[in-house]
Amino acid sequence: MVRPGYIINRMAVFLVLCGVALGAERFPPPEFVETNHQLPPINQITDVTPRSDIYEYIDVGVLLAALGLSSYLVLRKRSRRAIFILMVFSLLYFGFWRKGCICSIGAIQNITLSIFDPDYAIPITAAAFFLLPLVFTLFFGRTFCAAVCPLGAIQDIVLLRPVSVPKWLENMLRLFAYVYLGAAVLFAATGSAFVICRYDPFISFFRLSGSLNMLILGACFLVVGVFIGRPYCRFFCPYGVILRQFSRFSKRRVTITPDECIQCGLCEDSCPFGAIREPTAEWPVGYYEKSKKRLAYLIILVPVLAFLCGWMGFAVRPVMSRMHERVRLAERIYLEDTGKVQDVTDASTAFRATGQQTKELYAEASKIRDEFGLGGWLVGGFIGLVIGLKLIGLTVRRQRVDYEADRAGCLACGRCFEYCPQERLRLKNAKEIIGES
Amino acid sequence: MAEDNKTINGSAINRRHFLRDGFWGACMVSLGAVAGLLGRKYKKKDTVWQIDPYTCVACGNCATYCVLEESAVKCVKVFAICGYCDFCSAYYEPGAVALDTAAENQLCPTGAIKREFIEDPYYEYTIDEKLCIGCGKCVKGCAVFGNGALFLQVRHDRCLNCNECSIAAACPSGAFKRVPADKPYLLKETVHT
Repeated sequence: MVRPGYIINRMAVFLVLCGVALGAERFPPPEFVETNHQLPPINQITDVTPRSDIYEYIDVGVLLAALGLSSYLVLRKRSRRAIFILMVFSLLYFGFWRKGCICSIGAIQNITLSIFDPDYAIPITAAAFFLLPLVFTLFFGRTFCAAVCPLGAIQDIVLLRPVSVPKWLENMLRLFAYVYLGAAVLFAATGSAFVICRYDPFISFFRLSGSLNMLILGACFLVVGVFIGRPYCRFFCPYGVILRQFSRFSKRRVTITPDECIQCGLCEDSCPFGAIREPTAEWPVGYYEKSKKRLAYLIILVPVLAFLCGWMGFAVRPVMSRMHERVRLAERIYLEDTGKVQDVTDASTAFRATGQQTKELYAEASKIRDEFGLGGWLVGGFIGLVIGLKLIGLTVRRQRVDYEADRAGCLACGRCFEYCPQERLRLKNAKEIIGES
Repeated sequence: MAEDNKTINGSAINRRHFLRDGFWGACMVSLGAVAGLLGRKYKKKDTVWQIDPYTCVACGNCATYCVLEESAVKCVKVFAICGYCDFCSAYYEPGAVALDTAAENQLCPTGAIKREFIEDPYYEYTIDEKLCIGCGKCVKGCAVFGNGALFLQVRHDRCLNCNECSIAAACPSGAFKRVPADKPYLLKETVHT
């Protein structure tokens, strides 16, 4: 038993020593002369190793196989049921088994960071997850979205009562994905944060744990997703933005029926993503002249929009740069040093303990803010350009004689196949031929 | 292609296709460029998250910010640094009434540190990882008054290796780092030999 006085004494010494540098070995480690006690070995700690690399390669292999199979099922087999089964597999494997990390959507940020940060070396899996779906999209359309992406799969499964979103609303909402992509690239390039991962609505479901806010957000997406087909994919997914554009130029594409379209319009009802375009009517009289003038105005408007949005991106740099930890710290230290706040935070205490000069921190923060200024111009300009091109795209009339899947918006889910009477006829004929032979 | 016969006249087809092929090629080239850029500096080994024990301030965020309900961060100990003190400031709460194993005297909120008598006057303190929540209270206690043998580390049997570690995002001292997966720990070194 030790006297309380002894402990109080020790506590006094403790307080005196509080200012002393951390981790100094004040008490020499003992030599156990009597018992010859052996120290527990260090490999107690180091024996617990991360998952072996081989699993990463297996992931890439599964991704490649799933992409290939999905492309085959969409373009050749033309079977919604098979696509659905593959989709469920992807949800289980990439979602629940691999806990949703790393995914192609998040890999955008790894790619960006590795381009802008010389110290960050990208793991080969992140590169593969980013590049492979894009390559497949260039050849086969968005078959990645159809049955490989776990985020798409979880939304597709809950889609029970689809309602159609008005075209104007869909076009407006889709712009958000471009803003999201721009912001994600900006924050990743400056080394501030991986916002796509931070605000991934479904990852808490895949991990079966997560913060309450993210669980609520994910639940909201799923509830909305019962009625509106794949809301995250269509209006938010930054990777989807890239896939959209790549899919426009794909070598192969989803056809509702390989046979002749009889223009019944049934397929349009079947598509929950509003990705089927109806045949265009004859041009109204005088439309051509009007559209020419409108196009000219819009082409002039594009650089103006790009400049305006770029300036806006530049103007919000003080707010945006707060995503970076050093800028936040510098602002906090400034507040403390000028006496505007009385208390201290863990971060400011930790900074002062390092003995680094405040001036250096301020210089660092202002450099980061300048980077955000330049990045703001670029990202804002990009968003302005997108808005301008979107407006131009809305005014340009394309001639279509049949119902067809929109190259960019089609998620290759295969729902329209069995709605098409021509397709049913084709399958029936095919069956009969097989039956006869 | 199916749409060939759907366009109105021949010249439109050619222009369309020429543009499409051009853009297709441009996409391929840009992907190749990205792949080339990455290929120059790609790393075969994956990276994992780890805490630099010399930067860590044991703020306690590790216990609460991890996406796992029970944090992947745990306290570990390099025994060669430990002084085996009778009065261990990582084990006892400041103002402990007695130097025994009673719960009210312990600093650890889950009682994860075991105290064992070795020989006079030395005691060995070991951490039961199953109980440890990674709050870092003992780390702070050991650092301010002891040798600093205790420190926090990401345990890789638990860590999901998220693309963005949510503890790293909340770390006030920037102690979280991406380290190569074949050297996944940043251990403290002994000063005494």
